Amino acid sequence: MDIVVCVKRVPATDTAIKIAADGKSIDATAVQFELNAYDEFALEQALRIKEQLNAGSVTVVTIGSKDAQKELRDALARGADKAVLLSTDQWVHDGASTAAALATWIKSVPCQLVLCGRQAVDSDNNQLPANLAARLGFGCVTEVSKLTLENGVFTAERDIEGAREIVTCKTPAVISCHKGLNQPRYANLKGIMAAKKKPLEEKAAQLGAPAMQIVSLTLPPARAAGRIVGQGAEAVPALITALRNEAKVL
Amino acid sequence: MSNLVVIAEVRAGTLKRPSLEAITAALQLASASNGRVTAIACGSGLDAACAELGKGGAHRVIAIDGPSFANYSGDAWAKAITEQVAKLSATAVLMAHTAMGKDLLPRVSALLDTGIVTDAISVSFKDGAFMAQKPVFAGKAALTVRAAKAPFCATLRPNNYAAGSGGGSAEVTKVAPTAGDFLAVVREIVAAGAGKTPLQEAKVVVSGGRGLKEPVHFKLIEDLAAAFGPGVAAVGASRAVVDAGWRPHSEQVGQTGKVVSPPLYIAVGISGAIQHLAGMRTARTIVAINKDADAPIFKVADYGIVGDVFEVVPALTKAIAEVVKHK
Ligand SMILES: Cc1cc2nc3c(=O)[nH]c(=O)nc-3n(C[C@H](O)[C@H](O)[C@H](O)COP(=O)(O)OP(=O)(O)OC[C@H]3O[C@@H](n4cnc5c(N)ncnc54)[C@H](O)[C@@H]3O)c2cc1C
Ligand SMILES: Nc1ncnc2c1ncn2[C@@H]1O[C@H](COP(=O)(O)O)[C@@H](O)[C@H]1O
Repeated sequence: MDIVVCVKRVPATDTAIKIAADGKSIDATAVQFELNAYDEFALEQALRIKEQLNAGSVTVVTIGSKDAQKELRDALARGADKAVLLSTDQWVHDGASTAAALATWIKSVPCQLVLCGRQAVDSDNNQLPANLAARLGFGCVTEVSKLTLENGVFTAERDIEGAREIVTCKTPAVISCHKGLNQPRYANLKGIMAAKKKPLEEKAAQLGAPAMQIVSLTLPPARAAGRIVGQGAEAVPALITALRNEAKVL
Repeated sequence: MSNLVVIAEVRAGTLKRPSLEAITAALQLASASNGRVTAIACGSGLDAACAELGKGGAHRVIAIDGPSFANYSGDAWAKAITEQVAKLSATAVLMAHTAMGKDLLPRVSALLDTGIVTDAISVSFKDGAFMAQKPVFAGKAALTVRAAKAPFCATLRPNNYAAGSGGGSAEVTKVAPTAGDFLAVVREIVAAGAGKTPLQEAKVVVSGGRGLKEPVHFKLIEDLAAAFGPGVAAVGASRAVVDAGWRPHSEQVGQTGKVVSPPLYIAVGISGAIQHLAGMRTARTIVAINKDADAPIFKVADYGIVGDVFEVVPALTKAIAEVVKHK
């Protein structure tokens, strides 16, 4: 099975966000970037499927800045066979144009399975995998936390509100991966050495204009300052009063 | 006259409440853009849900109703819905940002070859264009976008609009679904324990963290949730206790867990790491109980009690039970 893993380079989750002077993007100076956490589950799953079938290939692809070479090398070091960087200077926030560009590229390579993270933690869209699947005409299951493959058919489990869904999906497929699916491996020294010789192809992304245009990026309104109602169990009556009379939630 | 569409979510014959919130948002867009609201529902046995959609304010309902649609299939449903949306020449399509909504609407938008904004907390129509606001970077920033393609598609974070009410009886059109060869189909739904309130739908979320010291002490959290009465509160957890195996992944609140936006969120023995805040900072009222007065959770809490969970929580449980009893 030829597997494509879609990954994105995003700010580390504990980064403080500052707005850039254009009022439409973040100020990236002093921001640490990393591989999107959910994409690590996707990459790990791809490697496991290749190991299970003892055949096929794993290609990681990203649409992002040239700096994403670092994350792609890391993916190669963990075991991917090949990496492709479709480069752009823009902040890739728009699901439709990103999915369209990825779909065009995926159609140009052998691929029976696309693995994605459930959500990129910069734009927090949670839409690209399903968007991409529809454009490719592939089956799709999103937010998967358990996955098995038998005779070319996937059985996936996913959480829905208050229950768990068990879904079957034919190949070719797009699967988006949630926490709980697996425990990602890290690169070891042997992998890091091997990665240096693996192909990392780079070309300009063919991105159309965003279907959703950025008007502004702002810091969220600060929550109105709260207060400590008291210490220990004696404070409970004051809390109840506040919840009833001020917050009106009881 | 423009057509605004809401894709309604019906599970086991029951209309999900966030769909009614989407109707409220659609009605607001309709009044700003001189339109009317059509709800589209898929499933098998939709009559009761159609009536509810009318009461919720939908002017018209299209029910794609038949046995082949008894179980959710993202690809099949997206195709059937897209056909109806195209026929209506809809200007906007809204759906709740639920497990189904975030799976389905991105596909519909792709088939319509248009854009989509997901997890929006508000949508509007201004100067001839649809706009939306959504949290990005785990709620550390707010992004406002303007749609450059039509129709405008958006999924809406639950609990940001009131549920639609005060409507009448909508005109219902039935459409037979295709019995095609579906690519992905739900085979089974395993309920998460009878009487349990889904985290994202709960009016109150009580979450526990490492401050509880041991997994058995989560009984305190469960009791506090139960004190709000049946179906009101759900139990959440920090990642620290999920990773430690005390609680299931499905209860994790935060950046790598669930995002909740309930009227009341109570954080017990949780420090308030930035990744946890990402999952709950849009709750209307936040209460924190922590023995460390400097814990970051107090920076976002509306009300805090500095104290030991083993002392404060039982007292709070008793007090809440009293309030609920006298309601
Ligand atoms: C990529 C990434 C993603 C992450 N995603 C998430 C996520 O989705 N959700 C999440 O929650 N975290 C997430 N985290 C982890 C996060 O950074 C914190 O480590 C975690 O939230 C801490 O959990 P905690 O508050 O339960 O534990 P701690 O930080 O250990 O806090 C325990 C708190 O309990 C208090 N306490 C102790 N004893 C008592 C007592 N007897 N009475 C009262 N209070 C007491 C302490 O004062 C302390 O404030 C993520 C981290 C990373 C790197
Ligand atoms: N620019 C991108 N390049 C490659 N893959 C992406 C990109 N953006 C998103 N993805 C993939 O789609 C998943 C969901 O992203 P999103 O819908 O943007 O939240 C991510 O976890 C990635 O697997």
